[in-house]
Amino acid sequence: MLTAPTRFFTEDHEIFREQVRNFVTKEVHPHIDQWEEEALFPKSLYQRMGELGFLGIRHPVEYGGSAGDIWMTLVFCEELCRCRALGLPTSVLVHTDMSSTHIARNGTAEQKEKYLRPMITGEAVCAIGVTEPSGGSDVASIRTTAVKDGDSYVINGAKIFITNSVHADVFCVAAKTDKDAQARGISMFIVERDTPGFSLAKKLDKMGCHSSDTGELVFEDVRVPRHNLLGEEGKGFYYIMQNFQDERLIAASMAVSAAQQALEDTLRYTRERQTFGKRVFDHQVISHRLADMATELEAARQLTYYAADVLASGRDCSTEVSMAKLYGCNVANKVAYECVQMHGGYGYMKEFAVERFYRDIRQTTIAGGSAEIMKEIIVKRGLDRDL
Amino acid sequence: MKVLVTVKRVPDPETTIRVKSDGSGIETDNIKYVINPFDEIALEEALRIKEKLGAGEVVLVSIGDSVVTEQLRTGLAMGADRAILVGCDQDLDSLAVARILAKIVEDEGPQLVLMGKQAIDDDANQAGQMLAALLGWPQATFASEVVLSDDQQAVKVTREVDGGLETIGFALPGIITSDLRLNEPRYASLPGIMKARKKEIKEVAAADLDADMSPRLTINSLEPPTQKEAGKKVETVEELIGLLHDEAKVI
Ligand SMILES: Cc1cc2nc3c(=O)[nH]c(=O)nc-3n(C[C@H](O)[C@H](O)[C@H](O)COP(=O)(O)OP(=O)(O)OC[C@H]3O[C@@H](n4cnc5c(N)ncnc54)[C@H](O)[C@@H]3O)c2cc1C
Ligand SMILES: Cc1cc2nc3c(=O)[nH]c(=O)nc-3n(C[C@H](O)[C@H](O)[C@H](O)COP(=O)(O)OP(=O)(O)OC[C@H]3O[C@@H](n4cnc5c(N)ncnc54)[C@H](O)[C@@H]3O)c2cc1C
Repeated sequence: MLTAPTRFFTEDHEIFREQVRNFVTKEVHPHIDQWEEEALFPKSLYQRMGELGFLGIRHPVEYGGSAGDIWMTLVFCEELCRCRALGLPTSVLVHTDMSSTHIARNGTAEQKEKYLRPMITGEAVCAIGVTEPSGGSDVASIRTTAVKDGDSYVINGAKIFITNSVHADVFCVAAKTDKDAQARGISMFIVERDTPGFSLAKKLDKMGCHSSDTGELVFEDVRVPRHNLLGEEGKGFYYIMQNFQDERLIAASMAVSAAQQALEDTLRYTRERQTFGKRVFDHQVISHRLADMATELEAARQLTYYAADVLASGRDCSTEVSMAKLYGCNVANKVAYECVQMHGGYGYMKEFAVERFYRDIRQTTIAGGSAEIMKEIIVKRGLDRDL
Repeated sequence: MKVLVTVKRVPDPETTIRVKSDGSGIETDNIKYVINPFDEIALEEALRIKEKLGAGEVVLVSIGDSVVTEQLRTGLAMGADRAILVGCDQDLDSLAVARILAKIVEDEGPQLVLMGKQAIDDDANQAGQMLAALLGWPQATFASEVVLSDDQQAVKVTREVDGGLETIGFALPGIITSDLRLNEPRYASLPGIMKARKKEIKEVAAADLDADMSPRLTINSLEPPTQKEAGKKVETVEELIGLLHDEAKVI
């Protein structure tokens, strides 16, 4: 039912969509219930996706990527999120578009050869460590420190809610190289999983997104070589903000795409289920609400396309991307509430996909920048300036 | 070794097909099109042959209007080397298709033509056989296994026939049509899709091929299958027999 957005998507995008859709239908969807149950999916799936070129969509060709555009990434995201769970897509998209992007964008040739290449083949999994137990919204106030000591840095601190904590081989970690400074004191480091002093303190038990492995990391005198600094010292905050644009655009697209699947499931259900002698769908109070949902979802989708278009143009897209994430995630949560409602008692039962969607979608207005933080950005960057 | 693979654009088997109210055809709005699944299997086999030999060329051919480039592009993305689009906007019956293909075969001179055993839209199951007859080539239909001889001069083909398997062999050139279990086609990888952009799709007009395309067959009408009523559960054998007798009137 997804309306054909021909303006942005070419024949190549549609061919790619077909491949991802087939992959999701044949290799993800049949196993997703089990992976949700086990709260993990097999790491070998990364290698399979690597073979199909899914993990290097926008990464440079020199390192095995395809140097595709943002629309190719959105196609991947839209189709992946049709697997009727958001955990697995979250893990995969954190790997492809929220963490390995730090290395692709700011890494040296050696770093890209060593880390990015295996990330594109799926041999190595990447994670991003910014959020700390003391706070995630206020990135400038992180407390993890990295102290220069000869030819290395020594990292101490903790990170929480880190996606891919179990599977990841490589972590892009934010730490203060100048602990007295705020934003300007932050630098980014590449930390390999087996570095002494680094540990996974705990795999976290979440409300939803169970197939995604989220954990808490501890750094106790973790010594990383100086050449594991990403980009320049003191520029970490800027890199994180830069990365956030991609991350949030994709988060918006994930929410909208998963909501689209839930809406379609609900249309199917209400057109079949009978109450009071007619289809649930034929009660006008229901069909009008479905019309509202479809309309708002379309508006949200078009807003993500607009934000993607601004991002692709290379202009500052922080206002548009924040709007897309704010609106898309809010609409998706509203859709989730309605989908469960329209399924009646079945919507509350685990056998029905909308029950999982209701739990999975909840985090989208929190993770990767909360709805409140999106509004702060819209106010500061979009509204409070010369008209 | 050069292998020619035929590619037909057909409605996605997942889509719901609706017959037009006047029975003249099917509703084509909102239909998604794909490569005929049996052709996809034929292409996969051709790619495997080429990969096994480490050399050769896989050429696609499709007949239709310009929209079939999407299916050709998908085939190129899966790994075919180049494609031929025979431009034609009239409906063709199987014999006209076979006659056009015969011209392409004469021009290209492949050692092997791999085709689907049938297209899932009209289920005619005769283009391959007719092409073999027109060319005077040997054919093996409904292939479930294809083994090329070491000297690449002959093939052994296992066919799924009623009640078992039959293995036949012939000297090349020849025609093979694929059955469902021949292989599991690959997906086009993203690098494959990017590379396909640079591969050639040569366009020729069907009218310029000097093939007799005059229709021998007309479709008079199409009808959707009758709707099946929902089944019901019965408690006892007696009840079942009663219903079979009184309602279904089959005993
Ligand atoms: C499933 C999941 C996966 C995640 N994956 C990762 C990951 O891979 N890497 C990573 O680094 N982090 C990850 N996170 C962390 C996520 O980015 C943070 O949860 C998020 O940034 C919010 O931070 P917090 O949880 O510390 O909430 P807080 O910052 O403590 O905020 C609490 C509440 O206060 C509000 N608030 C805060 N500041 C303001 C303000 N100035 N004005 C108005 N309201 C405000 C917030 O909007 C929120 O509602 C993940 C989170 C989840 C749920
Ligand atoms: C946790 C839980 C515990 C329960 N415990 C019990 C129990 O102990 N005993 C028991 O008998 N039942 C129990 N139920 C069942 C519960 O009462 C029903 O789920 C509820 O009455 C709705 O019926 P339904 O699920 O068949 O939904 P449906 O009747 O199929 O309704 C589906 C949707 O259509 C809407 N709808 C239906 N008709 C109309 C209309 N005319 N106009 C507009 N909208 C309409 C509904 O509001 C709903 O959104 C329980 C349910 C749950 C979730």
